[in-house]
Amino acid sequence: MDDLDQLEAQSIFILREAYRKLRPLALLWSLGKDSNVMVWLARKAFMGRVPFPVMHVDTGKKFPEMYAFRDEYTKKWDLDLILGDCPPVEEIDPSLPPAARSAARKTAGLAALIDQHKFRGVIAGIRRDEQATRAKERVFSPRGAGHRWDVRNQPPEFWDQYATPYEDGMHIRVHPLLAWREVDIWRYIERENIPLVDLYFSKNGQRYRSLGDQDITSPIDSNASTVAEVIAELEISKTSERAGRAMDHESEDAFERLRVAGYL
Amino acid sequence: MADIVNSNAAQAILRPAATPIVIVGHVDHGKSSLIGRLLYDTDSLQDGKLAQIVESSRKRGLTVEWSFLLDSLQIERDQGVTVDSTRIPFRLGDREFVIVDAPGHRQFLRNMITGAADAEAAVLVVDAQEGAQEQTRRHAMLLRLIGIRHVIVLLNKSDLLNFEESAIAKAEADVRQLLGRLEIEVEAVVPASARDGDNIASRSERSPWYKGPTLIEALSNVPPPASRLALPFRMPVQDVYRFDDVRYVAGRIERGTVRVGDQIVIGAQRQVATIAEVCRWHAPVRPVAGAGESIALRLEPDLVPDRGDLLFPANDEAAAPERAARIRTRLFWLRGEPLQVGESFVLRLATAEHDVTVVSIDAVVDLDDLTLRPGDSVPPDGFAEITLATSHAILFDPFSPGFGDGRGVLVDRHQRIVGGAPLIGPAELAEGTHAIHPTSSRISAGAQAAARGHRSGVFWLTGLPGSGKSTVARATEADLAAQGIKATVLDGDTLRAGLCSDLGFSPQDRQENIRRAAHVAKILAESGQVVIVALVSPLQSDRDLARKIIGEEFHEVFVDSPLETCEARDPKGLYAAARAGRIPEFTGVSAPYEAPQAPVLRLATDRAAEETAQELTTFIADRVR
Repeated sequence: MDDLDQLEAQSIFILREAYRKLRPLALLWSLGKDSNVMVWLARKAFMGRVPFPVMHVDTGKKFPEMYAFRDEYTKKWDLDLILGDCPPVEEIDPSLPPAARSAARKTAGLAALIDQHKFRGVIAGIRRDEQATRAKERVFSPRGAGHRWDVRNQPPEFWDQYATPYEDGMHIRVHPLLAWREVDIWRYIERENIPLVDLYFSKNGQRYRSLGDQDITSPIDSNASTVAEVIAELEISKTSERAGRAMDHESEDAFERLRVAGYL
Repeated sequence: MADIVNSNAAQAILRPAATPIVIVGHVDHGKSSLIGRLLYDTDSLQDGKLAQIVESSRKRGLTVEWSFLLDSLQIERDQGVTVDSTRIPFRLGDREFVIVDAPGHRQFLRNMITGAADAEAAVLVVDAQEGAQEQTRRHAMLLRLIGIRHVIVLLNKSDLLNFEESAIAKAEADVRQLLGRLEIEVEAVVPASARDGDNIASRSERSPWYKGPTLIEALSNVPPPASRLALPFRMPVQDVYRFDDVRYVAGRIERGTVRVGDQIVIGAQRQVATIAEVCRWHAPVRPVAGAGESIALRLEPDLVPDRGDLLFPANDEAAAPERAARIRTRLFWLRGEPLQVGESFVLRLATAEHDVTVVSIDAVVDLDDLTLRPGDSVPPDGFAEITLATSHAILFDPFSPGFGDGRGVLVDRHQRIVGGAPLIGPAELAEGTHAIHPTSSRISAGAQAAARGHRSGVFWLTGLPGSGKSTVARATEADLAAQGIKATVLDGDTLRAGLCSDLGFSPQDRQENIRRAAHVAKILAESGQVVIVALVSPLQSDRDLARKIIGEEFHEVFVDSPLETCEARDPKGLYAAARAGRIPEFTGVSAPYEAPQAPVLRLATDRAAEETAQELTTFIADRVR
């Protein structure tokens, strides 16, 4: 087994644990590269089908290409799609910096969906290498009442044994991609031929490395127009993946505050 | 069914999986600084990271503080401690490593285990000047318990000793002695300064006498993770799916390989099946799968295993796992309250879940000198060796460093992981004994006493037939109830009418009668009740047995009435029958009565039964209030 085989096998193991232990269960599908890999891994785990719903929490501010992609692959992959919308920005904590406040809309939209469907497990595609607070995550991450993440009191997790405590109002975030790195995702996309929104590929010297809402994501300078070129670029790049995400840089703790409140 | 891959897989570069390395050591001995330095020296930092650290350091009035690289949570920066483990990949030549940064603070032990449990090698960071401290010992113990095979010691802050050879040799000897006691083999002891970069990536000019490897050289020398492919096949069943009328037995192969046509045993069911198909989706069709792969199997016949069933090779005794209902295990204990004998948990072993009870605590690690001592309980964050009993024999492979087998965890009834339990092997049982599988109440005695308003106890009334035991017991029961104390009476006739109706009056049957009564009394007492046992129990040895069964709650009460009085009363006409020879072996007539030598209470019965009962009531009430 090479490193991708091992990452794949581990993610499948995690997805199968979640399916067995946490019902009802749903998978967050943001239409980005990581969550496409995650849907793909779910299909691997369950012999070609995704036996639980996928959720898209829609800010209404995604790129048109993303909506088109969603419609196409919901059908092609036979997904049970649940859509959720987000409250207007005026209803969000005004003490957050502007981009973080905009991002927090998604947290509120997600919370409403989880409450509505009473999900006990929500699969999310975060990776440790994306952002420092994500590096602290568990594979099975309990979210207490109000969906808050108690970063200082996380359960022990070792030897592939995951805690599944449950009280009313809480759920478990499941993170099958935690151990993957950005370049692993791309190498796996290449190996498996996983389809992507083409905003990730260079046009006129620019491409998106990470896709969020239109108003808070910026493209990077790049000539990488194929998966292979993106991988080659990443092998030598030393720029952080989320450099194009405004909210990560507004203040030292903005992202942590978002995450504690339930943001991905 | 399988969707054949036509991707660029063939052209993909085959890369070995990353080797996880854990960095452990006492707080402030420099773990985070070491990692920051390692990343910097191996050119593994992302753009902007260095500038960020310099800026964060400047804001706090520090020179470059490498640990800010990792301690990225706000609270960590403010408190200057690492709260949780962080994983950071870095590369040495062609080899990938994942560094696990483990926090040193005592209360964060579980986070450290979370980070360290899968590591292949460890760097134990020890302040050269301070030497081994409490966390050094604790972490070293943990490395042993979780079975990390390769340990490199970094004598950090050696600059504070001016890299003086003899001072460093002394520090090295101390650490080697500590690790030697734990039977941990040390691969290298590197005198270094993480802050200044001495002997990390490059050889320090300040220690010309040092001939050993730099830290990076020592890490490169760690062998890659062991292959589990050559071992006998094991697959714990993770789940069974039925999609489109096909049944898939899903799981991850923990070791060995499996091939279409192989015969396997479904462990718990002891049924044999043949592998009909190794199923994968969107992958090349291959009739074989090996350790580490998450696959699905189709079985012939189409048997239905349960989650947790271990699949292993059929027709090969040598390749079968151990089978036992009592298992010795090591333990690292993560709950905030001590572990006691008699507590019940779920033992999770791969995907299996077994109800277990702690039947003995065999040794507790003294963290001051790392010796094993007898103990009644395991303290929070403590280490021990214990014996677990399961309700039925379970299948397992004992834990072995570097492999996934036998790595149990204990889970409480809230589904929280409270302990790590690497299994040592079957526990020996004394000749002729049966493995027992008790469970215990999860309500503590204190909580029961609080709920009832009184403690429990067993008051064992012994005396000749007709001495008035049952009468006194019933009157006392009523008196206690009037005082708000709930008591239960177990008397001979009641027991023999039901629970012991199969017993006669032979010495063996009498002993069995007492044994059963003692166990029932114990169960009632453990539920918080006051129990009054009224049994002739003529032999001292039988009452000793009852005392042994019940433990410290046993109180022996002698209902002292002379034989003549009893015989004169003869409420049930038994003495008359015995004298007439109709009852063989009647206590006091044709069988002995051994009066207690030191009862806690002697009740004289030459007075009204109510008075005797009042004396007993007062005695009991004093002891349980």
